[in-house]
Amino acid sequence: MAIASVPLRILIGKVGLDGHDRGVKLIARALRDAGLEVIYTGLHQTPEQVVNTAIQEDVDAIGLSILSGAHNTLFRRVLELLKEQEAGDIVLFGGGIIPDEDATALTADGVKVLFGPGRPIQEIVTFVKGLKPHG
Amino acid sequence: MRSLGSHPFQCDIHGLKILAERVRAGNVRAVSRLISLLENHPGGREVLRLLDGTTRAMIIGVTGYPGAGKSTVVTRLVSFYRRQGLMIGVLAVDISSPVTGGALLGDRIRMQEHALDHGVYIRSMATRGHHGGLAQATGDAALVLEAAGYDVILIETVGVGQNEVDVVDVAPIVVAVVAPGLGDEVQAMKAGLLEVAHIVIVNKGDLPDADNTLRNLREWCPNVLRTVATTGEGIPELAAAITAYQQSRAVGHVGEARNC
Repeated sequence: MAIASVPLRILIGKVGLDGHDRGVKLIARALRDAGLEVIYTGLHQTPEQVVNTAIQEDVDAIGLSILSGAHNTLFRRVLELLKEQEAGDIVLFGGGIIPDEDATALTADGVKVLFGPGRPIQEIVTFVKGLKPHG
Repeated sequence: MRSLGSHPFQCDIHGLKILAERVRAGNVRAVSRLISLLENHPGGREVLRLLDGTTRAMIIGVTGYPGAGKSTVVTRLVSFYRRQGLMIGVLAVDISSPVTGGALLGDRIRMQEHALDHGVYIRSMATRGHHGGLAQATGDAALVLEAAGYDVILIETVGVGQNEVDVVDVAPIVVAVVAPGLGDEVQAMKAGLLEVAHIVIVNKGDLPDADNTLRNLREWCPNVLRTVATTGEGIPELAAAITAYQQSRAVGHVGEARNC
């Protein structure tokens, strides 16, 4: 496989209190295998940590896994902080147990896409690989 | 293109001057953008001349075997120097896949306690096919952090074997991290990693085998310390050894640089 000259950089992590990290690790690994540079932050991140990390690492996108039910608060807080830091061009996407009506509202507010349970991992890889590098 | 505040970033000479100015003012996003620029465009090194470095940072390389505890040692050193009020930059290098070019950069997991501290800048770098234990742009990234006013720059190499010693060219002080049970004293007699380190630490020093490892290494290396990075034990002593080495260099005793 040809190595892309400038790999996309992406932050993958979990925000909030739930500790179910099997899925997020699978996704981090799949994106690595797809040729991306994946900054994996691990569990229990706050939105503030996520946004500071994203800026220091100069990532093109942030992917967050939330299985705690606190998705409405957490995704919106990340969007708000990105805007505050004038980093609104960093794409935010996510996954988790998120009811359809919440997902619709969150995507309307600026979350690029939400992947629910059962979506094939290749779909996530295809989405991320389709993102444009910034700068 | 990502804007830098109200100024859109343009990759022409005017844009680069603005970027360099913002780096020198300590703007975190400018630092991040410039490091990316240097990673993505090896021809972009011209910009380093615009940084006009007058400040001098203490640059410390942390190298060692995979799993020996480099990231945990680094995060403890960050805490130690932060308590002294110093600004800290960390460059954490991990390996790119030789097959896909992708990388899983996971050193931050052990450093996230510093993610909200504005006095700490952490950047993960992938090797992108570069051999030697660092990424091609790691040295340049250290110059960027120095120009941005960071007092101490910690460079964590990939987990290395014996021949990945590029860090010596970038960091005047190199700490090698080993852990008990990773080889007998013949490993220490071989050329390479330990030979170029100025300070060797036996991390996980609370493991039963640690005394043996310390004894073996001390037969060959004068400067060997015990640490337990998970608890912080031995970190003040490590920092003191770093300072002592730096002072001996400053008065010109560089002939003593070689450790093992």
